[in-house]
This record gives sequence, C-alpha cells and structure tokens, in this order.
Amino acid sequence: MTVLCLVERDGPGIADASLRALSFARQLAAQSGETLAAAMFAPAGDVPAGDVPVGDVPAGDALAGVPADILAAWGCADAYVVRSARLAGYAPVAWARALAQLAGVCSASAVVAAGTDRGSEVLAHLGAAAGLPVAAGCVSAVRVSAGAVQLVRQRWAGSLLEDAVLEASPALLTVAVDAVAAEPAPVPAAASVHEHHPELDDADVAVCAVESAERGGGVSLATARVVVGGGRGVGGPDGFAALEDLAGLLGGTVGVSRVVTSQGWRPHQQQVGQTGTRISPELYLACGISGAIQHMAGCQSAKHIVAINTDPNAPIMSRAGYAVVGDLNQVIPALVTALRNRAARPERG
Amino acid sequence: MEVLVCVKRVPTVGGTIMVTDDGQEVDTRASGFTVSPHEECAVEEAVQVTERLGGSVTVLTLGPPDAADQLRDMLALGATRAVLLETDGREWGPIATAAAIAEAAIAGAAGGGTGGGGTGGGPAGGGGYDLLLFGNEAADTGDYQVGVRVAHLLALPCVTGVKKLEISASGDGGRARREYRGTQEVFDFALPAVITVKEGINLPRYPSLPGRLRARRAPIERHQPQWQPDGLRKQRLRVPAAQGKQAQLLGTGTDAVPALVALLDELGMLP
Repeated sequence: MTVLCLVERDGPGIADASLRALSFARQLAAQSGETLAAAMFAPAGDVPAGDVPVGDVPAGDALAGVPADILAAWGCADAYVVRSARLAGYAPVAWARALAQLAGVCSASAVVAAGTDRGSEVLAHLGAAAGLPVAAGCVSAVRVSAGAVQLVRQRWAGSLLEDAVLEASPALLTVAVDAVAAEPAPVPAAASVHEHHPELDDADVAVCAVESAERGGGVSLATARVVVGGGRGVGGPDGFAALEDLAGLLGGTVGVSRVVTSQGWRPHQQQVGQTGTRISPELYLACGISGAIQHMAGCQSAKHIVAINTDPNAPIMSRAGYAVVGDLNQVIPALVTALRNRAARPERG
Repeated sequence: MEVLVCVKRVPTVGGTIMVTDDGQEVDTRASGFTVSPHEECAVEEAVQVTERLGGSVTVLTLGPPDAADQLRDMLALGATRAVLLETDGREWGPIATAAAIAEAAIAGAAGGGTGGGGTGGGPAGGGGYDLLLFGNEAADTGDYQVGVRVAHLLALPCVTGVKKLEISASGDGGRARREYRGTQEVFDFALPAVITVKEGINLPRYPSLPGRLRARRAPIERHQPQWQPDGLRKQRLRVPAAQGKQAQLLGTGTDAVPALVALLDELGMLP
C-alpha cells in the first residue's frame, strides 16, 4: 500500500507547501510500513505527441525536468508525472480525476495534498466525485486500522484544534502547511519516475485556467522579510504614510488588519489574516492592532513580533515578543526620524 | 439572473476563543454570531450582479433556527428571499450540508427562475438558479468543500477562490479570476455555475435603514433536511497549548524609540 501525495511545482523545484505535505505523508506512510509516492503534473504545454499508451514508460527527455533528487531526499519511492494532451492548463476536475486514477494504480490507502488553494480544491473535487470525506487542515495523522486514521486538524485557521477520526478508504487529507515542518527523510528513497497518462474527457477540462499573467511588482507580503502592520489604531487612510516610510527604511512592506480593509482605508491585498494573506517574516511590527485570533492566524509564523499599542492589555501583548505601550502615530514618526538620523551619521558610511 | 447565495452562521470571535466544557463547540456565551467573511462578500457580489443584470438573490443557510438572524442580516444587504435549512444544532459535515443544499437548489427559485436547468450539461442543472455563490471556506471549519460538492451533485462547472467575477450581459457565461502563487489565473465558465469567492472580491455595503426594516418583516422559508454522517467524526475541540508569554516591554511612548532602534539592530534589521 502507498500514501500518495500531490506535489505542486515552484519553477524547476517543488513548492515549500508541498515539501511540508510530503513530510506529513511520509510520516503517515512510515507508521504502517507503506511507501510514499508523489504525484505531479507536467507543466502546461508539455504534452505527449499523438496517441500514447496508458501506463508507465521509461524515463526519457520528457521527464528530465522532474526534480527527482528532491523527491528522493523527501523519501518518495515513486514519482508519477501526469501528462495529457487534454491538459492545456490547470483544470481542477481533471487533476482530481487523474489523481483518483493514480490512487488506484498505486493502491493508495491515503491521498494527501498541501492545504493550499490548489491542493484543497483538487482534494475537494476528488472527495466529491468519489463520495468520500476529506479531512482538511490536518496537523498530524496516525493510522489506527486499515480503514481509520486518527487525526488532529485546525479549526479557525489554527486558533483551535480538533481531534477526529476519519473512516474512509482511501483517506483524503489536506495538510495545514503553516503547522507542519518540511523535513527531508532520514534515509533517501529511490524516487523511480513514471509517466502517467490519465483517461480524461471534455467535461473534465470544461473549467481550465486559460491565462496566467504576472501581477505587479513590489515586495510581496507573503514573502517579505519585514512587515509593518497597521490596524484600527492608525486612525484613517492618511496615517499609513509613516508606516510606508518605516517599511521602506527596513526593506519591508505594509500589511493591515481586517478592520482597515473593511473600512476601505487600504486595499484587501494588504490584509494579513485568516481571510487575507498568511505571512512569515523575520519581523512583524504590529502597530495599533489589537490581535484578534483571525489576525494572529495570519502572522503566527513570524519569527519576531513587536507590538505598538496604547492598550497594555490588548490580546496582541500576550502574542508578541516585544511591546511598546504608546500611540503609534507618535512612536512611528519618531522611529522613522531616528532611523534616518542613524543612516545619515557619517561614521556609519 | 437568479442567484443563490449560501452562507454559514459562525461565532463572532475576537481576541480569545474558548471551547465548551464538553469540548464539542466554541463557547459563545460571551459572543454573538455572524456570517463567515467570504460569504458576506458572496452576498454583496450577488446583489451587484443582479443590480447590473436584473433578477433576484436568494440567500440560504443551514443551521439552527436562530440562524434566521443571519439570513435577516443578508436580506438587509439586498437579498430578496431567504431559505433556512433547519438543523437540531448538531454540526453538519460538508457531505451532508452539500446534499441538503443541492436538494434545496433543485427545488428551485421561487416562481421559477429565468435561466438554468437546461444548459448545465447535467440532469439537475441549477434548479432554476443561474449562479450559485459560496464563500471559499468557512471561518470555523475551513473545509473548502461545500461549494465543490454541490457543483458535483448538480453537474455544474465550479471555480473556487474567486477574487474577481464578470458575468456576461447575455447571462450565459462568465469569467472568474483568482490568485495563484503571485500570478493571476483566469477561468471562463458557462452558466449555470457554482462560484466560491474570497474576501477582497468587493467591499460589502452597510445595510440601509429601509433594508433593515424590510429584512425584519421578510418571511423566511424553513425546511428540515435529513442529517447524515460523513466519515469524519469529531471527538473534541481544544485550544492549542498556550503561548503563555507576556511581551518584553521596551518602553512607553516615544521614550521607547532608542530601545526599538537597538532591538531592530540586534535582530539584524538595520543596514
């Protein structure tokens, strides 16, 4: 038996979220002596020419782009690359159907995906088509019998945990990627690469991504090293200029709480939290943010949190490492001035 | 354009979250209830679509009898009809929830819809609804499934995580955009369709006073669907081990600035 894990690409490599999902899936497999297999999709446009027989074919040039070394290091005994002339782009129903066929090919006891937008969507389609339940947002899972998995999963984006039993075969699980570490296998596996040609029909690709254009630049909130966060305490749209100045000086970007976007002070793409962006910076400077659980769910992966708040009893004060009790509209401009003076000192070059 | 929007009643949660003694639900004695954020945006989107193209918005929820409060909140935002699928307070999983919603959708729009049914490619179609809107995932359970499962039950196309939605003036299709790893994905779809949206697709309006008054008097249709188990059995909820820390105080007001600069330097944040 096998635990099959959907793997998303990141350029020539593998998305960090999928490495975390692979770590989770490998631990689930190891407990019951099962092997780990990865399923990934050929990049859009890389399709077999003409009619190709369904089944495994020897690894050739078409598979040269597969990061087999990474998959081996993460403990994958097998890696299946799905290729189909029908797949001109990401098509969720087709991905789910191909994954279901692969689950059959490798006798999967469980199918795992990262709890990303794509992973969650594909497993939801797989579960819906098969009439099987999906346990979403899993933090850990242990197989207790052939038909049951004991698991812990997130609720409220991690502010609560749920102990649950999933009784289904195969078990369908998505992984809470901010709560599971990406760890290579203690011993690498073979990562034998196979090509899989799924049986798909027109209905499977009725919904298919037709266009994917890059969005504008700037420091990305999700990957920024420093995020300067502003909340209700900023007081209005004009108050963000000082936060922008500070973010610029620290090589970071501005993030905001939900109240700021629902007031229309700043665009939603700057929102940090459960319904916005999850961030994991080195430093999160939370200014005038009370620390509602939905906001903390979006910044709990920050390495250091510094809170600036007029209320010493705000919930953020028990979630931050450092705090300043004071009005951000005075503290931040003073901090900006101090940093500029420091940078202008001649002895600092 | 007949639009069905499905919303979920969830506890209003602020700085802390607590669990009842039996570990079965969130302790709501000190809080109220609200609609999941993505779904409030779904209602706003539905209202905007019908303002442009005509038609009406039906808002539906599955929940306890008190979930009528959330339906009235959504009626105040511009929905025209409300359907409550009443439960006995038990938590419903995505499979049971989707089955009940699909059944209610097939029962159809009040007075018969203008579109749908025949063009969905499936035997069930949209049950008279041209567009079925959901939130991408509920704030509490985060299952990411109900919309997708309803789409499969009704044999409708489905796009999830949508941040921008365009419906053609002819009402036979549309285009949905969403974000994927910093880029934009674009999907074209035929109507009827299931679309799940994310917060940020729009900025929900505040209810008007006339809207509130109309909502208070509006009738709410009630049905009692059948609960079913779905293979994922909740044992208990718990709060993760407390961080238990109190922030190290750097100072008060602008007096704290030198300590802040020293900390930023120590953390390697300064050039």
